[in-house]
Parts: sequence; C-alpha cells; structure tokens
Amino acid sequence: MAVPILKQGRFLIASIQSALTDQDLIQFRDDLAELVGRYRAKGVIVDVTALDVLDSFATRTLRAIAYMTKLRGAETVIVGIQPDVALSMVQLGLTLEDVATALDLEEGLTFLNQRLEEAHGA
Amino acid sequence: MARDGSQPSQPPEQQTRESTMALLRELVSHLRENRTELREEWARRITESRLLTAMTREEVFAEATTVYDNYVAVLETGSVEALQAYARDLSERIIPRGVETQEVLGIVLLLRDVLARSLFKKYQLDFDLLNRVLDAYEPAANRIANTVAVGFVQERERIIRQQQEAIRELSTPVLRVRERLLILPIIGLIDPQRARQLTEQLLRGIRENRGKVAVMDITGVPVIDSAIANRLVQTVEAARLLGATVIVTGLSPEIAQTLVTIGVDLSKMNTVGDLQGGIELAERVLGYKVVPLEESAPRQR
Repeated sequence: MAVPILKQGRFLIASIQSALTDQDLIQFRDDLAELVGRYRAKGVIVDVTALDVLDSFATRTLRAIAYMTKLRGAETVIVGIQPDVALSMVQLGLTLEDVATALDLEEGLTFLNQRLEEAHGA
Repeated sequence: MARDGSQPSQPPEQQTRESTMALLRELVSHLRENRTELREEWARRITESRLLTAMTREEVFAEATTVYDNYVAVLETGSVEALQAYARDLSERIIPRGVETQEVLGIVLLLRDVLARSLFKKYQLDFDLLNRVLDAYEPAANRIANTVAVGFVQERERIIRQQQEAIRELSTPVLRVRERLLILPIIGLIDPQRARQLTEQLLRGIRENRGKVAVMDITGVPVIDSAIANRLVQTVEAARLLGATVIVTGLSPEIAQTLVTIGVDLSKMNTVGDLQGGIELAERVLGYKVVPLEESAPRQR
C-alpha cells in the first residue's frame, strides 16, 4: 500500500507523503473504497500537505475518490493543499468542484464531525 | 623595437595604439604634477557654477582632492571595474551630503574641462601633438562621464523598482479582524501583476491565520476588465481549495455591469453590496452573533 490509511473512530485518514505515480493513485483510490466498506467509515480525510504538485490526473483521481466513497456512505474532504499548488490548479482550470476541502487535518476533522452531526439531526 | 633602433614595422593600428598609450601616460603625469593648481581651478569653477552648494568651501576642496586623484588614476588605467568603482565611490562620498545626482555629473564634466584646458595650454605650440593628446584624452574622459551618468540612472531605476515592489506589497494587506475572519481591502487599479500578488497574499494569509472566511472588498477599485475579473474568480476558487470562503463586497454598479456583460460565472462568487454586509455575513457563517451589551441597571419606574 503506497499510501498509509489509518482508522480514527468512524473516519479514515490517508496522508500522501510523496509524489505518486498514476498507478499508485489508482491503487490508493481502490484501497480507500475497499476500506470504507470494511470499516463502515463515515468520513475520509485525504491529506495532500506533502505534495507540491497536483496534476490533472491526480485531481481527477481525488474527485473519483470523493464520488466512490460517497457511494459507499462516506464524505471525503481533501486537506492541506498548498498555496502554490492551489494557484497552479486554478490557473489550469482544475478546480475540484463538488469536493469538500479544508485547510488542514484539524479543520478536516471539524468538518467531518459537523457533517456527521447534521446527518444525525436530519 | 628592432635591433638597429629604427621603428619596428608594425601594423599602423597597433602603432597608433601604443603611441596613444604613451601619450596618455604623458598627460597623466602632467596632470599629476600640476595637481594642486588644477584642483584649485576645479574647485573654483565648481563654486562659480553654483554646484555642491550643500557643502562648504573647505568640504568641497577636501572632496576635490580625492575625486581628482581617482579621476586621474582611472584615466591612466582605463579599466571598467575601476570606472564603476569610481562612480560608486563618488555617489557614496557626496550624495549623503545632500547633493543632487545631476550636480555630481556636473562636477565630473567640469573636471574634464579643466584638465582639457590644461592640456591645451601645455601643447598649444604643437597643434599636431595637441590633437594626438586630445585623441588620447577625450575618449578616456568621456568614458568616465558616461559611466558616472549610467551608474546613476541604473541606481535610480533599482530604487524605483524596489519602491514599486514595496508599494505593491503595502497595497494588498490581508488583515485578520476575528479568529478565522480575514479582510482584504483593495484600493486602486488592479493590473495582472497585482492580481497575482493579491491571490498569493490571500492564500498565504489563509494559511498563516487559519482563515475560514475572507472578505475581499473592492469598493476602492474603479474599474476591472474581463481578464482581472477572471483572476478574481480564480482567487475565490483557489481560496476554496484551502478550505476558505471568499465574500466579495463593494462592487460598484459599473463593475457589476462589467461582470454581467462579460459573463463571469457569478455562481462561483459570493457577493454582498458593502463591506458591512460582507462582515455580517462572514460572522454568521463563522457562527458569531453580535449583540449590544445589556443595560447595567433596569430603568426605575
């Protein structure tokens, strides 16, 4: 498993430590989808703090992850996008629309907890 | 030199160059020998031309000595490094005394003239020789004046660039007014460079202050074109990638019209009429409620 995925209560936390090949990204996507099902996770945090590039394939994969996990009952939030990376992404039109984002791990957890409360309240 | 002592057969250019060097050495030693009177003459002319009025006569004379000697030394060697060092040295010595840069060039030109006159006087009886001496002197002297002038222009340009950079940075501050709430007050025209800087500073501000909402106020921006409008949209999108919401406030009717006309996707932007409204919205988003302080004592009937 190229990207370590840790369980934290009802959430999964995946921290991408270094640039991933397209192969690794696909593997990561599939691993996450599987684990969401296995642990019946309600939320997923993907931490990309360590990445200084997010190309179009990586962006598409992140979006795919968000959709897939949603289909399996979990909300995904991408955290830790660096300012320079964010700048390049918007200039290239890679906006990660429809995918929740947060500043860092802490914010990501706050977001997921909020969503969980809202879901219970509904 | 050929063995029989006659002139060696060299190409004419080389011969001229060597004799030029020899003349240069000769006139340099003349300038050194007569340094005292030439320096005084120069100082006199400086005062007459009302240059260096910020300095006293004694100060002018003291400076004149060093500057004179350096000038002659540079004439002699003609090296570019020496020239540039000379120009730098000149500005460092004199400008802190409140002297304008055009005065510095002025005194260098005066010195050139004083020395030239001295050469005229010395070689006046031999017009041919005088011409050759001037052929050696003039290019060297002009190079000095030129280097000094160019040096100043470059220094000025460097300072202007520095100031422009400073102004640009000042003009797009990112201010934190509450925990997690940032304000970006933008004043004046936005050019592509400023738009880029704005975005970078906002993103940096979001990261450093852990901002969740940023109110970008463009009340002070008179007009924007489609390129800038698109950059603003990009800014909003980039901030979202960092988990922050941007509220744009203060759009003038003209700018609102521009945005509609160029078909900017306004669904991507939160806009509110004015800064106050924007801050109030931001506070709601962040879960703040602002209430007046209770009255300290109930009113007695």
